[in-house]
Amino acid sequence: MAFLEIDGLKKRFGSVEILKGIDVELEKGGFLVLVGPSGCGKSTLLNTIAGLETITEGEIRVDGRTINDLHPSKRDIAMVFQSYALYPNMTVAGNIAFGMEMRGVPAQERQKAIDKVAKVLQIGHLLQRKPSQLSGGQRQRVAMGRALVRDPKLFLFDEPLSNLDAKLRVDMRIEIKRLHATTGTTIVYVTHDQIEAMTLATKIAVMRDGEVQQFGTPAEIYNNPTNLFVADFMGSPAMNLVPATIGGNGSALSVVLQREARDPISLPLANAPAGLSAFQGKPVIFGVRPEALTDPEGAERNASNIATADCHIEVVEPAGSDTFAVTNLGGKAVVARLRADANIQPGTSTPLAFNLTKAVFFDPATENRIL
Amino acid sequence: MSVIATPARQSTGGTSARTINRIVIYGLLALFALFYLMPLFVMLVTSFKTMEEIQNGNMLALPQAPTFEPWAKAWGETCVGLTCAGIKGYFWNSIKMVVPAVLISTLLGALNGYVLTKWRFRGHTLVFGLMLFACFIPFQSVLLPMATILGSLGRFGVTLRNATGFSFGLGNPTVNLVFVHVVYGLGFTTLFFRNYYEAFPTELIKAAQVDGASFFQIFRRIMLPNSMPIFVVTVIYQFTNIWNDFLFASAYAGTGDAMPMTVALNNVVNTSTGVVEYNVNMAAAMIAALPTLLVYVVAGRYFVRGLMAGAVKG
Repeated sequence: MAFLEIDGLKKRFGSVEILKGIDVELEKGGFLVLVGPSGCGKSTLLNTIAGLETITEGEIRVDGRTINDLHPSKRDIAMVFQSYALYPNMTVAGNIAFGMEMRGVPAQERQKAIDKVAKVLQIGHLLQRKPSQLSGGQRQRVAMGRALVRDPKLFLFDEPLSNLDAKLRVDMRIEIKRLHATTGTTIVYVTHDQIEAMTLATKIAVMRDGEVQQFGTPAEIYNNPTNLFVADFMGSPAMNLVPATIGGNGSALSVVLQREARDPISLPLANAPAGLSAFQGKPVIFGVRPEALTDPEGAERNASNIATADCHIEVVEPAGSDTFAVTNLGGKAVVARLRADANIQPGTSTPLAFNLTKAVFFDPATENRIL
Repeated sequence: MSVIATPARQSTGGTSARTINRIVIYGLLALFALFYLMPLFVMLVTSFKTMEEIQNGNMLALPQAPTFEPWAKAWGETCVGLTCAGIKGYFWNSIKMVVPAVLISTLLGALNGYVLTKWRFRGHTLVFGLMLFACFIPFQSVLLPMATILGSLGRFGVTLRNATGFSFGLGNPTVNLVFVHVVYGLGFTTLFFRNYYEAFPTELIKAAQVDGASFFQIFRRIMLPNSMPIFVVTVIYQFTNIWNDFLFASAYAGTGDAMPMTVALNNVVNTSTGVVEYNVNMAAAMIAALPTLLVYVVAGRYFVRGLMAGAVKG
């Protein structure tokens, strides 16, 4: 039995269904990230776990206990909000201790707990300040301190890093990861940033329009997206999704990609998914991540199925650690990720290596993965 | 040449036109300010003059021998109707009536605003709409119905006193006035607080809920401490309105010992025994105006700030 179980959760506002039957579970000490575009229902889902929103149907269990109808304070959870939600009229210490004060914990114990948390988060020198006197990163720490001090069964984070600047965001991300590793707490984390999702999670639920599109480990989500939406949403730069057709005869399949003003490329598929033979002669969406589309010298050595084809390079973007080259296949801009020192000029033709073991195919009609 | 000259000529022309504009605007403003302050000036200088000086001198002249005697007389000796014990008793009457009325209506308004923004229920817009509507009901139209209600409350108070020996303040004119002003002020105070709390971050409420704070704990520990600007605005607004109210005061406590300051002042001026003591009347009027002036001086900064905040966020 998992630690956090959400069964057939539905949430309706009047006739509008915000959550359309969510099934998710998380083991103890796990880190679940709910990720998706704005309005996908991820924050609503988090609020239902917190008890800040009622649910219409379904069940939420934490550690085997159904918490559907419990008041937020009785659920043994702690929450970190997007705006930090620090009480502006109280000091940092007052903020951290407010929950304990409400539960009637004696002042001495409160002080002890505050000191302990302040040490963990290194905010000891800030305890007597008001939130308005803190920087963004410090506020973030205090908000985490307020959650930590409760020592809850479940931590909920609602886009906690979205108000920070880029550099601080990376720092705090590492800090959260470290906190999770050292304290071993169970965390549910909402974000729209897929990099945060990939780096932090042990499990990811990709959501869209109130439905979980795919639920799995970061590697599963990244390498085996179940549909076009997940493939497109996860990864930066995004996966190249190119309209293509399946060619070949009998068991030897190939993928045919249109090029501008030139003959189409045909790439032989050595270990095509079984379902693909039904699509012979039909259009599919061919998905290949930029790192699986490289210069031939930079291609993965032990990949079993690499095909090379000449491509016309339109734009070159040196990014320091890599060089991104943009070509045009099937009428769409396709990004290839080359070594930083790859000698490549825009406007020329150059051979690119397609790592077809990493390629995925989607049915353009259903947008689902062809397996 | 002409290309360079044109903007230069325009700018000089613009400058002189602007100067004239300024002179006209400031001249008019000064004139209006003078016009507006003149009565206050006359009141102030008259209140420090002796009767002799008033009868013989110029209304605008400064007092030759300033004296506090009219103020002392207004406070302690002047006749209100038939009793001649000054206005001090009525001043306290007003304080006793205004302070509870202001505090109760402000706190209830804050509570209403809190519920209407953070604990929304079905039909909350209708309730708020009705409360807003209350702001636009003219005083005169509630005079008679309110008198009927206060009459019934008074009779109920008598019944209570017969039964329990204590009337719980029902039928007491001061309590009646507090009640009327609280009811009438609720629309405004609710409007002020509702607009202020509309912009109040809801995540704070959620955080407090997760922390286990109850409905009233959130109100007292989170909402109220962060409502200082709108609290001051509402208190000033209510204080001024209730202190200055004459209609309700004269209708429900127009005679007898509970008479508030405004009604008493009217009676001082209308008392027609012997000479009209302008200096005493002016001093009494000044005393009646002082508390509201004081409130503005003490909290005026917040008033402007609070009004602005409400205007932008509301």
